[in-house]
Amino acid sequence: MSDLRNLTRRPEFAAFVGTLFVFLFFAYFGWPTFIKPLVTAGWLNVAAELGLIALPVALVMIAGHLDLSVGSILAAGAMTYAIITGYFGLPDIIGLPAGLAVGTFFGFLNGLIVTKTKLNSFIVTLAMMFGLRGLVFGITRLTTSTVLVSVKVSESVRSTFGGRLYLTFENAIVLWVIMALVVSWILYKTKYGNWIFALGGDETAARAAGVPVERVTIGLFMGSGFGAALLGITQVALFGSAQVSAGQSYVFFSIIAVVVGGVLLTGGYGSPIGVIFGTITFAIVSQGIYSTGWDSDWSSLILGLLLLIAVLTNNTFRRLALSAGDKVKTSISEAKSTPRKASSELKVTKEANRD
Amino acid sequence: MTEKRTPYISIENATKVFGGYVALNDVSLEIHQGEVLCLLGDNGAGKSTLIKVLSGFHQPSSGIIRVEGREQPIDSPRDAADLGISTVHQFGGTFPLMSLERSFFAGREPTKGWGPFEVFDSKTAGEIVVREMQAMGITRVTDGKRLVGSLSGGERQVSAIARAVYFGAKVMILDEPTAALGVKEAAHVLRIVMQAKKRGLAVVLVTHNVTHAMTVGDHFAVLIHGAKAADFRRGERTREEITDLMAGGEAMAELEAELESYRSAPDGQQPQR
Repeated sequence: MSDLRNLTRRPEFAAFVGTLFVFLFFAYFGWPTFIKPLVTAGWLNVAAELGLIALPVALVMIAGHLDLSVGSILAAGAMTYAIITGYFGLPDIIGLPAGLAVGTFFGFLNGLIVTKTKLNSFIVTLAMMFGLRGLVFGITRLTTSTVLVSVKVSESVRSTFGGRLYLTFENAIVLWVIMALVVSWILYKTKYGNWIFALGGDETAARAAGVPVERVTIGLFMGSGFGAALLGITQVALFGSAQVSAGQSYVFFSIIAVVVGGVLLTGGYGSPIGVIFGTITFAIVSQGIYSTGWDSDWSSLILGLLLLIAVLTNNTFRRLALSAGDKVKTSISEAKSTPRKASSELKVTKEANRD
Repeated sequence: MTEKRTPYISIENATKVFGGYVALNDVSLEIHQGEVLCLLGDNGAGKSTLIKVLSGFHQPSSGIIRVEGREQPIDSPRDAADLGISTVHQFGGTFPLMSLERSFFAGREPTKGWGPFEVFDSKTAGEIVVREMQAMGITRVTDGKRLVGSLSGGERQVSAIARAVYFGAKVMILDEPTAALGVKEAAHVLRIVMQAKKRGLAVVLVTHNVTHAMTVGDHFAVLIHGAKAADFRRGERTREEITDLMAGGEAMAELEAELESYRSAPDGQQPQR
């Protein structure tokens, strides 16, 4: 019984409820189309691709930063790979690592600027988003005289990054699962996970406690740069071409998925499992709309509402977590009570404090 | 206590200038083990700058720091930690949304396994944190998975002190540890301060509260406008003298006279000047 109670207090619980809700919602209004394998593959593919970016971005956000440059980095990674293998015809063994390295490098640059200048990561990555987009446009046009580079993707790359598992289920799903396992491992099992939470909780206190704040921050931005480039290359492998304007929509999609997944915008709290649910929720809403016969414009409305509800839920949770123990006499069994109980305790505490 | 001992840390003529503003002006201090040094002063008197110099966040513009008599610059918080200097901030310097075991060991995690499979040893961490908290009198903590934010202000303060003691701090700097606490909790924190002192730690207590300072302090230093205005030992000054010093001497007497004139003025009227 106490296990069940603990479950409802976990950060991913609200995200899970959200996913369940939108699934049932579209299963009802989109019946029976919504549960067909092709439709399932449709939203699962969207979730997998978004997840490649959303998971590392979630780590950045748990550490209290934002990364708005993932869209431009995606394009930079994809274009690097496409120009090297498609335009110059060099082998994948050069093109693939180069694409991933370019993404990781610009992530490194983000992290370096944020830690050295102490500027807000919102501004730094916004500047990177525009600056890098210009750079990718410029270099691509100078090299290839076009803005779209097509690639004859080799069999090995296609089957790894761009292939289909079964029916229309993409290989990206496998990459997504691997990414989820790696990110969860880092956050829950290693000391680095502890450093990430501490950094998002209170940077000054983390520094005082001996957490290498600069190294962790730079590493996290490198991670989101890597994830963006990986998705860029995956998309090239899927579609056989790279476009300079690709990927910008992922900037906001990733933030929606992460916040709906229960990560606090202020950092310090969140879970990869929650982010996976957030990503699935996003994908179901954006794809499920097609099986209802409604105009697809409505999905944006639902996403907007979900985002708002998620932020409110997250803030409520934080308030409960922070105030649950103000009353010193609370016994352990009471302190573990359900959120509803805790909110009534909160009122009592507030009244007690007024005296 | 009159014989000359080598202080664990001594600051000699430290000055810190921030772009033309003198935050610390030629301050010298001695910090002895087994003693509580109370750092008193009004807001903006330079207390925070001084503790940031001690904890490695700032480096003095001039002046030297000696540790056990040897000259030893403190260039980073890491350096300070290596010298056994541990700073506990007003709100415990802890992470409200982390579990107690994770927060307690942040930056110094116990691990098991090797290489990429080196994992955070949650079981050991949980056992240690519960044991240390219980030893400090916080008996209701029985589970290391509990969120720090669910502890009261005093308990968080105590957990931060427990952390410093556990990691072998030699100097513990407490920044306004009792400012946000109720009477009972403040007393508990002061008791822990006395325990730490008895264990031989040097404690630097930064506070506004003269009563708390006089309860535990062995040695007092008052800062005014970045300079050391007074340096005395327990029993050498009265409470009134200390309060006056903290408020900048005469300023306090004037203010009290003015307040008194308000009290004696008839209701609804401004006092006559």
